[in-house]
Parts: sequence; structure tokens; C-alpha cells
Amino acid sequence: MESDQPLIELQQIGKDYVTEAVTVRALRSVSLTIFKGEFVAIIGQSGSGKSTMMNIIGCLDRPTRGNYILDGLEVGARSNDARAVVRNHLIGFVFQGFNLLPRTTAQENVELPLVYRGVGASERAKRAKETLESVGLGSRMHHTPNQLSGGQQQRVAIARALVTQPPLLLADEPTGNLDTRTSLEVLDLLQRLNRTQKITIVLVTHEHDIAACASRVIEFRDGRIRRDERNAQPLNAAEAIANLPVEDDQVAES
Amino acid sequence: MMAILAAIRLAFRAIIRAKLRSTLTVLGILIGVAAVVIVVALGTGVQQQILGRISNLGANVIFIWPQATQSSGVRSKDAGNRLSENDGRALVREATSIADVAPFSSSGAQIISEDQNVVTQVMGTTRGYMDIRGFSIGKGRMFTESEELLKAKVCVMGEVVRQKLFGKQDPIGQYVRIGRYPYRVVGLLSEKGQSPFGEDQDDRLIMPIGSYRARIQKSPPGRVQMLIASAKDEKLVDRAVSQIDSILRQRHRIGPDSEPDFGVRTQSEIRKRFEGIAITLTLLLSSIAAISLFVGGIGVMNIMLVSVTERTREIGIRMAIGASSNDILTQFLVEAVVLSLLGGLIGLGLGAGAIILLGKVLDWSLSLPIPAVVAAIGTSAIIGVVFGFFPALRASRLDPIVALRQE
Repeated sequence: MESDQPLIELQQIGKDYVTEAVTVRALRSVSLTIFKGEFVAIIGQSGSGKSTMMNIIGCLDRPTRGNYILDGLEVGARSNDARAVVRNHLIGFVFQGFNLLPRTTAQENVELPLVYRGVGASERAKRAKETLESVGLGSRMHHTPNQLSGGQQQRVAIARALVTQPPLLLADEPTGNLDTRTSLEVLDLLQRLNRTQKITIVLVTHEHDIAACASRVIEFRDGRIRRDERNAQPLNAAEAIANLPVEDDQVAES
Repeated sequence: MMAILAAIRLAFRAIIRAKLRSTLTVLGILIGVAAVVIVVALGTGVQQQILGRISNLGANVIFIWPQATQSSGVRSKDAGNRLSENDGRALVREATSIADVAPFSSSGAQIISEDQNVVTQVMGTTRGYMDIRGFSIGKGRMFTESEELLKAKVCVMGEVVRQKLFGKQDPIGQYVRIGRYPYRVVGLLSEKGQSPFGEDQDDRLIMPIGSYRARIQKSPPGRVQMLIASAKDEKLVDRAVSQIDSILRQRHRIGPDSEPDFGVRTQSEIRKRFEGIAITLTLLLSSIAAISLFVGGIGVMNIMLVSVTERTREIGIRMAIGASSNDILTQFLVEAVVLSLLGGLIGLGLGAGAIILLGKVLDWSLSLPIPAVVAAIGTSAIIGVVFGFFPALRASRLDPIVALRQE
């Protein structure tokens, strides 16, 4: 599943937050390599530096020190607009709060990254449709977020992240707002994407159960990597769903 | 890069989403633009109206008034005692640019018919007056040269006077009494309407100036209150004025450096003065309207700032997904421009409607001046850019991490 080609190379990354009173060292010299096709979970408690790590990996923030090479490109010190291009071309984002545009249909939400790439309308619609179908939402194209369940909304968000076919999918607490079954469904989708499309996934979470689905778990504490382990037998989300007790009040989805 | 077309579509959607707010914001621009358009159209209309009335005075008219002179700081009291019919004759004879000159004196008087009476302006003049001032006879005839020479007791009256004295009756051949003397009505003036000075040009009675001097306002032979001249051509008016000046100075023995005892006013001078007033008025009202446009612009800015704050999260999402700060800037700038252009166009439409309505009510020929249309649309677009820029810039400078955290 994994290759020996590095997708993410972090070299002695440091990040300081300067407030009025003190300088907070959120990251202290973190070095890390993630290879193409890996499914990595970054875990840690709040304040561990994992969110800062995720912002830097996602090119939303710049490291104070060190180099960040993404897909062979030095991206750490780029300008805001250059990093916007990097985000658009190399990274797909999935957030805890879904972060879909309100009052905007699923299709339009999925089209959004393509709009900023200058893709024509008909091509956008075609690719959005394909991607939504691939996450099982082909019949919900014209629904707005408030007409969709949490799980469906997160799948729209995943479709939006995938529509540009980025090498890296960055998921920040993607199951934070979802119940166990829906969480597992989302994880199952991510696992399948990782397996079939060889997309590198970096998942940030504070739950060990969720991290167990990844093939590699990196734990942060106090701005440093405390643990970096391969998970030889990741939890199969699809099997976990099958083992869930059947509930009476289960609402059928999609 | 996001295409402008996509940004416009996005802007319309955002505007429609916040209907009430957008409507109120648009209203500010709308009122401003409508006000500017209406005021400019009215101003132009007033100018045309004035021009029309001034040409109603008669083409190329030049008025010559007696003027009090000042000697050793004392203004002479007997102003007007030095202008005479002979001056008029001399002008016709000597001034090459003058077509004709008519003497003119007038005063208010009571005119009595069999059972009615009316107070109006009684004017003494000669037949030349008709052409110079652009009057014509509607019925009957003008008094003749011999009637002028004989100081005959005949008169020509305006429509307003006729109506008051005779109602529906035909006044020709009837007699009216002024003071102790009866005058035979020989003609009726065609209706002419108001002069630029607001006087009703149909409310008058005209008689030979000799008759006037003999019976209405006793004055020495040849004396007149005013001379009314006409230049041979519109282009010759200025030359005519300088000829009048030199001829009358010579006749009145006034040196070229001394203050003359007469004043000369031309139609174009009068026109210029009225035009000046109209332009000043238009400018004044326009600047008030422009202030309302400015206030409308502040409204746009205000609402755009609110919109940016409200949509911080949306901006964060867009940035995370790959929108550059330029994309965000464009999006909000286009939204502001669309908002104010919308107001501008609707305001233009409403203004045009109001102009058509006003034109009908006032019976003026009002038109929507093309420069005003261009200015209205241009101004509202500029307002959008100017007042939308700061909010848009603010949006584009947001940090995506902070923006995404926004609830």
C-alpha cells in the first residue's frame, strides 16, 4: 500500500506563537516523513501541537523554523497566494465542522475548489457529479447542507476535498461531530479511498479509537513527537460497522 | 483565478440571500441617483424654458433705459428725462446694425368699458413695437401711422384685458374709457403668454405714444421711458450695442470716459443672467443630491463590512480550498459594485419615470440628458468600488486559520 516516495517531509519544524506576554513554543523541532499512500493518524491532547502541525501540513500556516517539502516542493516559506495555490492543487481538506457553504447545494460546494482553479462550468459539474457519486451521494446533488444529515454533510466535504484529485487528504477531527456509526462510515470511506485510490491521508484526532483505523499513528505531546508507530493491523471500519449492535431508532441514510 | 462572470453570479446570489438588507442598501444609492437625474433634467428643462421665454421677448431685442447719473457723488433725481423719440430716430438713421427702434412708455391705469373696469398696463408706443417685441394682431388692425401722428384716441388690447372687459363680446369698434377720454378699440393682440420677468404679456393695452403722452401720462413732447431696439441679426447684437452707446453719448454730449445717462440691456445678457441662476440652482440641488449619493455609498460600505464579518467562516473555507486573497477581494468588490450598480440602474429608471411624469404635469419638454445617464451609472459603479474596496480588502486579508475557527 505504501510506497517509498515521500509526500511530506518536515525538517526540524518549529513554530512559535508570540503573544503580548509570552512566546509559546507550539512545535519544537519536529522532523517527520510521510510516504505516498500512507494513512497516518496524528493524535494528541489539546495543547500538544497537533493542530499547529495540521495547519502547517495544510499550508494554512507557516513554520517559524525548518523546512517543509510537500510532493518535492519547498512550500513552508511561500507567500499567502502561493500557499493558496498549493492548497488548491495538492491538498484536500476535511474539517470537523464540515465547513460547507450554507444555502449552497452539494454540487456547488464540491465544485468550489475547481472554481478557483478556473475550470469551466460544464467540466466542473461533470467532475462534481462523478465525485459525489463516488462517495455515495449521487442522489443528493441538489440538496443544501441543512437538508443533509451530519454523515452526508461530511461525505460532501470529502467529495469537495477529492474533486481536485489531490495527492494528500487532510482530515481534522472529521468524526468529531458524528455518532459512532456515522463516524465509522466516514472512516470506512477514508480507508477505501486510501486503499483503492492510493490517496495519502493525514487524520488529526484526539481519539485513540479513531486513530486505530490508521496504518501509522503519530502522537504529539508538548510540541514534540512522543510516539511514531506502525499499526500492522489497523481496525477495519467496515467490519466494525457490521459488529455494531442493531438499534431500533436507526435512521436509514442515503 | 475566479472569472469575473462567476463573481458576478456569486454576488447576485449573496445579494438575493439577504433580501431586506440588500433592498435597504440599494435604496440609498437609488434615491441618490434618482435625485441627481431628476434635478439635472429639471435644471436643463428650466434653462430651456427660460430660453424659450426670452426669445419670446422678440428676436435680437435691445432695451435702452434711462439711467441716473452721478456727478460729484450725487445721483441726479431726474433719471429718465433725457431719452427721447428723436434718439430712437437717430439710432434707426445712424446705427447700421439696428433694424428698428420703438419708443415706449407705460403706466398702470384703470380702463372702463360699459359695465366693467380693469386695471392694467397702458403702453404708448409706435407700430414698430409689434415686430421688435414679436407681437402680432389677432383680430382687427394695428393703429395707423396717421393715427400716431394725430394722437388719435385708439387702442389695441391684449386677450386678458378683453376678457375682463368684454367677456365673450367682440370688442372691435367698441369704446373704452381711460381717465376722461374714450378710446376706440381697433385691434386685439395675439396671445403671447408670460415674459421671462413673469409679467403676463397679454395683460396690456397699447396706444400711439403721442396719445399716451397727451392724455395718460402728461409729459413733454418726444419724451419716452424706454427705447426698444432690434438688431438686424443675432450676430450683430453686440455691434448694435456699441453703436447705440456711441450715438447716444454723442447726442447726449457724454464723454467716452464718463458714466452714460442710459443703460443698455440685450436679450443675450438677460438670457445669460437667467441661465446663470438656473445653473447655480442646478448645481446647488445636484450637490445636495450628490451628498445623498455619498451617504448611500457609506451604506454600501457599512453593509459590506457586516457581510464580511458575517461570512468570515465562508471566507476561511474558500481560502482553505484555494481561493487567493485576490479572489476574495474580487468577490466582495464585485458584490459591492453590483449592489450599487443595481441601485444606480433602478434609480435611473425611477428618475426617468419621474421626469416623464413631471414633464406631463408641468407641460415642459423634459428629457433625460445622456451625460446624466452616463454619470449616474458611472458614479454608482465608482461608489461600489470606492466604498466596497475597504471591506473587500479586509476580507482578503483574513487569516484562514482564524476565519475557519469563527462560529
